[in-house]
Amino acid sequence: MSTTLLSRPSNESKPAEKKRSKLGFRLSILTCVFLFFAILLRGIATLPLDTSSLTPFQNWLNSVSDWIGNNRTSNPIFTFFINIIRDSINSFVTGIQYVISQPIGNNSAPLIGWFGIVVLLSFVAYAVANIRIAILVASGLVALGLLGFWQESMDTLALTLAAVVLALIVGIPLGICAGLFPRFEKLITPLLDFAQVMPTFVYLTPVTLFFLIGPASATIVTLVYALPPALRITAVALHEVPWSSVEAAISMGSTRMQALRKVQLPQAKRTIVVGINQTIMAALSMVTIAALIDAPGLGKVVIRALESLDIGSSFQAGLGIVILAVVLDRTTTAAASKVDAEMTLAISHKRHRQILIAGGVLSFVAIIFSRIFTWAGNFPGTGFIGSDIAKYTDNATNWFQAHFVNYTDGITNAVSYGLINPLQSILTNSPWFVTGIAFVGLGIIFGGKKLGIISSVCVLGIVGTGLWSDTMATLASTLVAAILTVAIGIIFGVWIGRSKRADRIIRPILDAGQVLPAFVYLVPFLGLFGATRFTAILAAIVYAAPASIKLMADGIAGVPATITEAGIAAGSSKWQMIIKVQLPSARRALALSTNQGIIYVLAMVVVGGLVGAGGLGYLVVAGFAQISLTGKGLAAGLAIVLLGIMLDRITQAIAARSTLQGNK
Amino acid sequence: MELKTRRFRRGTALLLAVSAMTFAFPAALPAQAAAKCGTVNLADNAWVGYEADLAVVSYVLKNSLGCKVVVKNLSEEVSWQGFPTGQVDAILENWGHADLATKYITQQKAAVDLGSTGNNGIIGWYVVPWMVAKYPDITNWKNLNKYASLFKTSESGSQGAFLDGDPSYVTNDAAIVKNLKLNYKVIFTGSEAALITSYRAAQAQKKPAIGYFYEPQWFLAEVPLVHIKLPAWTQGCDADPKTVACDYPPYPLNKVASAKFMNSGSPAATVIKNFKWTNADQNSVAKSLAVGKMKDDAAAKIWVTAHPAIVKQWLGN
Repeated sequence: MSTTLLSRPSNESKPAEKKRSKLGFRLSILTCVFLFFAILLRGIATLPLDTSSLTPFQNWLNSVSDWIGNNRTSNPIFTFFINIIRDSINSFVTGIQYVISQPIGNNSAPLIGWFGIVVLLSFVAYAVANIRIAILVASGLVALGLLGFWQESMDTLALTLAAVVLALIVGIPLGICAGLFPRFEKLITPLLDFAQVMPTFVYLTPVTLFFLIGPASATIVTLVYALPPALRITAVALHEVPWSSVEAAISMGSTRMQALRKVQLPQAKRTIVVGINQTIMAALSMVTIAALIDAPGLGKVVIRALESLDIGSSFQAGLGIVILAVVLDRTTTAAASKVDAEMTLAISHKRHRQILIAGGVLSFVAIIFSRIFTWAGNFPGTGFIGSDIAKYTDNATNWFQAHFVNYTDGITNAVSYGLINPLQSILTNSPWFVTGIAFVGLGIIFGGKKLGIISSVCVLGIVGTGLWSDTMATLASTLVAAILTVAIGIIFGVWIGRSKRADRIIRPILDAGQVLPAFVYLVPFLGLFGATRFTAILAAIVYAAPASIKLMADGIAGVPATITEAGIAAGSSKWQMIIKVQLPSARRALALSTNQGIIYVLAMVVVGGLVGAGGLGYLVVAGFAQISLTGKGLAAGLAIVLLGIMLDRITQAIAARSTLQGNK
Repeated sequence: MELKTRRFRRGTALLLAVSAMTFAFPAALPAQAAAKCGTVNLADNAWVGYEADLAVVSYVLKNSLGCKVVVKNLSEEVSWQGFPTGQVDAILENWGHADLATKYITQQKAAVDLGSTGNNGIIGWYVVPWMVAKYPDITNWKNLNKYASLFKTSESGSQGAFLDGDPSYVTNDAAIVKNLKLNYKVIFTGSEAALITSYRAAQAQKKPAIGYFYEPQWFLAEVPLVHIKLPAWTQGCDADPKTVACDYPPYPLNKVASAKFMNSGSPAATVIKNFKWTNADQNSVAKSLAVGKMKDDAAAKIWVTAHPAIVKQWLGN
């Protein structure tokens, strides 16, 4: 993309500007018409539904779930097929656990003790990446032991590995199919959206009905969420390979299969590794939720600490998850760029090979050690720094609460009365068809007739779930959270994009925000801001802003030097440079970061339901907790998916437009 | 390319050798052997009172009978699902759940009611203690409208905010508010954590807070919320969820076990059936866990050592 940006002649921006002002005109007409009718017809056809009432559709969903529960043990489909899947996944996971985390039979340590694992994984990191990453892996793993959570971390790692391996076995071949056959990709995209946006709470109970309580259910729950990135990014990787190189191979006599194997896959390798990275991150973000159905590992510690609002202990375990995430993320990222380097350099050091052999021997010795000596088998001690970290966290939280609580009410009220309440009142009081038509209009303006149809299907679907009013309440909070997320994304994105040093300091914090289980910071937030929609919005920002910031920073850093140099030559000040040169050039990044911001915020709707945001999130939680509300929870999950798909498609269309404008 | 493949092959061979040796090598670390009681699968529902029951029962099962106790962290509904499949042997503290009882005890006959744990659950409306000191008549529901404006927040519009908690618990609050014509709006805080944190912050900062709560609960030892009396519960006054205008019934907490487990003749079944203690007993263990941050076994040991006679009754000798 940067090359096309480079070649853009500067005087061609005028027609684009004209087009944009036409767009602005249409948008403002749409807004005015919407507001006019929303206020004129307020209170009519708002489709409210009591929290404890159910529509016929929701009752029907209830009966479906009952039917499954009653037939689970008698119906041959369940007892045969599903049991086979269940048993094989169970033995796969417990197999990995016996190797790295759980002792078998009369042993007190797993097959490979901690010392063996540290040396072996560091060696693997060295082999696939470099020595710096190997040191990071070693210190990260030792830190897990020092936190006092060696076994829990390894349980989490075992489950994550199992889910990731299964996601890759299924996802990469399907992703290749999707990359080769556009029709298949079109078919599968809505399913992937469904899997990614449908809140996990919705299918937690059905999954245990099908696959029973145990590692299989926990793995499948994780798999549902981790599979889409593996599949999607593999498809994207194949799309990125220039078609001309495939044609060249075929014209030289290769079959289509050979062209795939020899040309497309090798060139797509790097992006596929990025997909593996995203799959691992997605799997790790499920650790705490899977613990609600007895998934072993760090998630259990977090949930347990939450019972007594023990912020320190939950942070201690959350930190373990962050460390695992950083270790796995950095290793796979470095492996991806090494794949890149090897492609071009084709290294063949003899020394490198010798080191590899030596490392292998060393790992072997370490594994033997970990099976002979007690100190190398089970991590010694009960956590040297763990309890200190918990204590410091508690102290810091208390201090923070004692000093800031006087201001937090003001902030909560300002945002609630100034932003959330007016927006929510417009959206929930407007007739459904007025708001619905406004969505369809937005779709048509940005994406033409096709997007208009998608929007209307989504709108009608939401009405069909019987939860229009709750959806509008959720939409109001989602929009406020998204606006704040994008604002933060721009501010920090520009800062990080312009400064390497800021990047180095802030990026680990962003990583932590993305993988730290929300449960860890919810309790302090609740203490400061109460059980309010604002607390839910804050939690959503913590999770969503990192993605927004990263995308924005990449966009700013990707602005070609020639453009910025031209800006400097023209005598721009720092602020002129940011506002007039860098931000406009990074327009596509801005649109993308808005899109991702909204999707990530929607992923937190259910967490919001746990802290007082009400709306769809609460209904999902209630559906998980009460058998009579299961159908309503399912319906709420559906409404979130439909809302998500609609917002995603509209913002994607906006992003695609800005790319066009940027390039032409 | 050629070289790389060969290198990878060698690496794979090496790894294979490593893993083969690992499996072949004998394990050096011995561990204790399991006794005749076998394995007991106990559901672990996520509240501290339950945790206290679980700690003490597992401690007794492990130390007096040599059982292997497998604890499964599950939500309440999922725990019941485990009875017909044999994955859960017992739930140690059950709060009501008439619908699940009908499904699994009456219809499927997969589970058995093992009777009271001795703990009595109270569900009701509570208010932070500082308000009772300042407005003594607030504990009568008839005066609640007088104070409604104090409870107004950004979430409740012109009405007072009434905090509801974890959706797992039965609540009639929206109906009660409406039928008693109270000027309050029910705010769904969505979790026990949110509810407790709201009360804790309100008491610390002398801010108003009113809502749903229950006993026995460890948090009441920290902030003794005051129970507001609603029109007394009578049999059937809460039959229709839409017209409820009375207080919650008393909840005798009970134990539920799988029928298969009870018929298995396991000595653990007897202990779980006999398990019974008081609210004060549970609170003392819960406090060691939640406030003292003790491990389960350590907290259980203190209580078990102090109450040998009760434990003896449970064991049935």
